[in-house]
Amino acid sequence: MSTSTTPRLNGPNRTGVAAARRATELGLDGSGRRGSWKGGAFRALLVLCLILAFVTLLAVIVQAFVRGLPRLDLDLITGMPSTLDRETSGMQSAIFGTIYVMAGVIVTVVPIGVSAAIYLEEFADHSRWWVRFIELNIQNLAAVPSIVFGILGLAFIVRGPLSLGPVAYAGSLTLALLVLPTVILAAREAIRAVPNSLRLGSLGLGATQWQTIWHHVLPAAVPGIVTGTILALSRAIGETAPLLLVGATVFVTYNPDGFFDGAYTVLPVQVFQWAVRPQEEFRVLAAAGIIVLLGVLLAMNSLAIWIRQRFTREL
Amino acid sequence: MSTITRPGPVPGGRAGTGLSLRASSPRWGEKAVVGWLLLCAAFSVLVTVGIVLSLVPPTVEFFRRVAPWDFFSTDFWAPTNAGNPGFGVLRLVVGTLNVTFWALLIAIPAGLGAAIYLSEYASSRSRRVLKPVLEVLEGVPTVAYGFFAMTFVTPLLREFWPTFLPRKLGEPPGIFSAASAGLVMGVMIIPTVASISQDAMSAVPSGLRQAAYGLGSTRMQVATRVVVPAALSGIVASFVLGISRAIGETMIVLLAAGASANLTFWPNDSVLTMTTFIARTSTGDIGHGTTTYYTIFAVGALLFVMTFVMNMISIALVRRFRETYE
Repeated sequence: MSTSTTPRLNGPNRTGVAAARRATELGLDGSGRRGSWKGGAFRALLVLCLILAFVTLLAVIVQAFVRGLPRLDLDLITGMPSTLDRETSGMQSAIFGTIYVMAGVIVTVVPIGVSAAIYLEEFADHSRWWVRFIELNIQNLAAVPSIVFGILGLAFIVRGPLSLGPVAYAGSLTLALLVLPTVILAAREAIRAVPNSLRLGSLGLGATQWQTIWHHVLPAAVPGIVTGTILALSRAIGETAPLLLVGATVFVTYNPDGFFDGAYTVLPVQVFQWAVRPQEEFRVLAAAGIIVLLGVLLAMNSLAIWIRQRFTREL
Repeated sequence: MSTITRPGPVPGGRAGTGLSLRASSPRWGEKAVVGWLLLCAAFSVLVTVGIVLSLVPPTVEFFRRVAPWDFFSTDFWAPTNAGNPGFGVLRLVVGTLNVTFWALLIAIPAGLGAAIYLSEYASSRSRRVLKPVLEVLEGVPTVAYGFFAMTFVTPLLREFWPTFLPRKLGEPPGIFSAASAGLVMGVMIIPTVASISQDAMSAVPSGLRQAAYGLGSTRMQVATRVVVPAALSGIVASFVLGISRAIGETMIVLLAAGASANLTFWPNDSVLTMTTFIARTSTGDIGHGTTTYYTIFAVGALLFVMTFVMNMISIALVRRFRETYE
């Protein structure tokens, strides 16, 4: 951007220089060195901050296991949710609902997200105001609260213009819009990481820009795109709030009839419904459901890491 | 903001240079593809337009029924009370800020500490291990955090509440409390704060650090008096984004903070937040077209505007620190 070679001494840079100067003054009077225990204590404090985060993660997992272990059985996977048979109630409908909803999310978000990323990385002229506007908009969309997407889904997809009704694909579409910015961001990074020599070589041999992208850039970027997309989808799988608004609310004791028919529920919503019931058996079920949910997420994360390591070659 | 020095988009056949670089055919297919790609990029704008369109008309309808003055300044919240309804959103905003405050009390120091450690102290090997674990933490479903808050943190707080504290602060919290939701939400936000702050800190040129080291500064002095001030705009941006996350979080407050719209900043009270109200009310059976129905959208619009302003501040701050060191 700014190509001036003179050091800029305004803005945060000046703050940095001033800070360095101050540190020097403080350091050279000898007081900084003598108090070396302070450095050790500070380091310990920082480590403590990280540990706080990790211990909580561990506590979430351990607590779910301890509570949910009695119900980690086959009934949990094969049984239908029931308010009567608390001992054998399961979440088959939620598992199938999640599969339906996630399939819908993948089909919707991947083509749109990757196309948008290709445009922004390969074709967009970043000096145009509308390109910057689109980028700003994506950045902002990534931080919009998920429940607002639920309102959007309720007003636009379930009722309103699309009026799909509370069906599985309405949930898919809502979640797809929610994770679209994440997918675009991940795909852009993967495309940006493709070395430029690949493009120049292809263009130099007379390929058109689209041929270059289709035959060379995209194949090289696929591992990165897949990895980023899996991570975005693992966010979508855990989302609860927007789905509460777009239909996955009632106690559903049968699998979805299809993408556009019938009621559905998903894992996190099922967990939520069990969690709010006062009976201990349902709390146990909720904990068991959380274990399954965390297991699915861990599997997806591992898959993403595996793909990253298996397919990323140095180009 | 392209970070790679690449000769931007290659002009397919822009006139002006004269001879042979112009494409030999119009390449309609290629133009159609680029058109489709642009459409997809512009789709995100359509989503934002959709959000605004789904919020504005019902909100306007709401304000035709309830005066804006009543919405923003009265201190009475009972939207479902048929005989004497009240729409003072102040109680929801205060409830939201209450939980947000306790969340940030955890997330800001811990997130900043974790970021300083990752950026200035950790070896590159341990960073490679620690960062993905933080990312996993970011990916834990919020309903799992909510369940954890409700069934683990709340009983713990009730058991070990510092009852020696004076007056109201010494009363142990009930089954629902702002403190329980806030503490767990704080841990949830740590990765957000940590990862953006760390990006900002690693963007500080190492020359600044080396200069300070060369003049005899200790590692702690370099971290706290050189790196943190130099990365301040990025760090503040991460705080702002953390606030916006806390305001918009739903499941944890839905499960742990309760539903009584108390006008309180005490941590041991139950509060109703804006997101909780939306989730609770829209999942119950309320008539389409009633004032209560429109209240959801009015509160949603307020939530959207609040987080939108926060996000814009955060984006502007990040942009500022990025430009400085390019």
